[in-house]
Amino acid sequence: MTHTPWVHDLLRMDDRFPHVWCAGCGIGIVMGSIIRVMKKLNLLPENTCLVSGIGCTSRMPGYLNTDTMHVLHGRALPAATGIKLANPDMNVLVVGGDGDMLAIGGNHLIHAAHRNLDMLVIIINNFNYGMTGGQMSPTTPEEMKASTAPYGNIEEPINAVNLALGAGASFVARTTVVNTGQMDNFIQKGMQKKGFAIIDVIANCPTLFGRWNKMVEPVDMMKWIQKNTIPLSKAEKMNEEEIENKFVTGIFRDVEKEEYLEKHKRICGDKGEGCAKK
Amino acid sequence: MKKLFSGNEACAEAALLAGVRFFAGYPITPSTEIAEYMASNMPKRGGKFIQMEDELASIISIIGASAAGVKSMTATSGPGFSLMQEGIGYAAMTETPTLIVNVMRGGPSTGLPTKGTQQDVMQTKWGSHGDRPSITLSAENVKEAFSLTVRSIDIAERLRLPVILLLDEFIAHMREVIDIPERVTVYSRQKPDEDPQEYVHYDDKRNYNAPYAWFGLGYKIHLTGLTHRKDGFPTNKEEEIRWKMKRLRKKIDDNLSFLEDIEIIHPERDNIIITFGSGSRPSKELVEGDEQSKFGLIRLRTIWPFPYNTLETLLKGKKLVVVVEMNEGQIEGEVKKITSDKTSILGIHRVDGELISPDEIREAL
Repeated sequence: MTHTPWVHDLLRMDDRFPHVWCAGCGIGIVMGSIIRVMKKLNLLPENTCLVSGIGCTSRMPGYLNTDTMHVLHGRALPAATGIKLANPDMNVLVVGGDGDMLAIGGNHLIHAAHRNLDMLVIIINNFNYGMTGGQMSPTTPEEMKASTAPYGNIEEPINAVNLALGAGASFVARTTVVNTGQMDNFIQKGMQKKGFAIIDVIANCPTLFGRWNKMVEPVDMMKWIQKNTIPLSKAEKMNEEEIENKFVTGIFRDVEKEEYLEKHKRICGDKGEGCAKK
Repeated sequence: MKKLFSGNEACAEAALLAGVRFFAGYPITPSTEIAEYMASNMPKRGGKFIQMEDELASIISIIGASAAGVKSMTATSGPGFSLMQEGIGYAAMTETPTLIVNVMRGGPSTGLPTKGTQQDVMQTKWGSHGDRPSITLSAENVKEAFSLTVRSIDIAERLRLPVILLLDEFIAHMREVIDIPERVTVYSRQKPDEDPQEYVHYDDKRNYNAPYAWFGLGYKIHLTGLTHRKDGFPTNKEEEIRWKMKRLRKKIDDNLSFLEDIEIIHPERDNIIITFGSGSRPSKELVEGDEQSKFGLIRLRTIWPFPYNTLETLLKGKKLVVVVEMNEGQIEGEVKKITSDKTSILGIHRVDGELISPDEIREAL
């Protein structure tokens, strides 16, 4: 008898593999974490929907063995909103890259966060547009290079955590692909959170961003991430200059707020008869 | 029950009666009253109304809700309809039933928010990139704003496609007394019989009333805007690409008799007026108000698919075909494709936001 690892239950093993991601890419590390947490929490794949936009990260729904929706560039969150409102029993999980979530989908992120509908959003933040060949993104650090910033990036990067905090998300955290223990922990907390949860995962892209910035081997960019990571507890004791261009990791907010559907029920008095039928 | 309704209210009430339980929209004149009606009435019927951050989000959220098993719609106007084009393409590609109501105002750009025209006819067909099947209906009055909303939802559910309903500012804001039935009959999608292992999301056995799965049923379906195979996963193989494109085209071609819907008055007369939507009332006055009139009338309730074959037969041997429309000749161009050199075509256009009057047509003739 051949041994089938349990993770295969949560993956589309028939003919979806090998996946599209480059060797050494960080996205698979995050998918691994999502699968481990789903297993740990015993989340039924039948009752889970993974939604994404367009990009390298957004190819993840092709591999996870749940209901999956690969939407248009930037539009994962509106789709997830429609799914959750139509079927409140569903666990809605959204993944997207930095370009997808913070550039073309930036407005949706602000509004989804302030709406506080129950879902978990994971931004896999690898500082560039990988699918189209390594262009600069909203999170490309200043003066680092990309194919559309060949002299170095002029723009100050967007801090996804600060954006989510400002927009009013219930749970906001940052971790990196280097620290998978912490990533599992945060993803679990995010999935269990009743309300809008968002995690900024700093990830490596050795093939494109790495090569543009003299970090050719997969491990080079991992080391760069590790070197520039500061835990929140430590960062709180440092001044602004010291944490500039660093990846501060930790849970930035974890609050109880009335969730959108609970509020809808209380204020609009709906009894939910119009929800999806089984 | 008799009700004094505006076109927008009639449309919203029809959708609720037809079972729409999810509405997402963004305020825009002259369609806003549909969203307002939904905001007050949707919770009473157990559904969800949500005001999204823009039209890009509105269209995508209704596709998400529909994919999760709830009849869904949005309503908008010109600039919002332009933003929705990418979503309409996605709904067509993923074959997700949705209703998009476009209450036409004057364009281009911000144009005339408070005045009506019919300038979005070609946009409903070619507005989003790629060869996409388009189903577009057009209502002539408040009564039809009601009945064609019901029919649009029925078509969307049966064919698993987005359906566009065109109203215009005149119909949207005009009030008329109409009969509202207690209930309406529409098709509701059916779950598949087979087990998830055997289930094929884009099965070719039937392209009408075909059962299919929605999220949450355990079928683990995959939706993508990428060109995909029968099982929903992306492909780059020529044969599979041809299959998908043909499948979308066949949904329209095989169901033409169900989709086509035209009103015909005195087709035996020497000359014919072709019109739709708000162009029909002044045209009808000429045709029906005068026993001696030399004009018959063809009114398009379904604009796309365009009834080329039916019209070709009806227009054979006609001396003059007059196309009355509040744009610069969008339907006139289609009519020219099917008429011979022996038939003269006269377009009567108006794009200043006012209705075409019967006198204007008389003078032009």
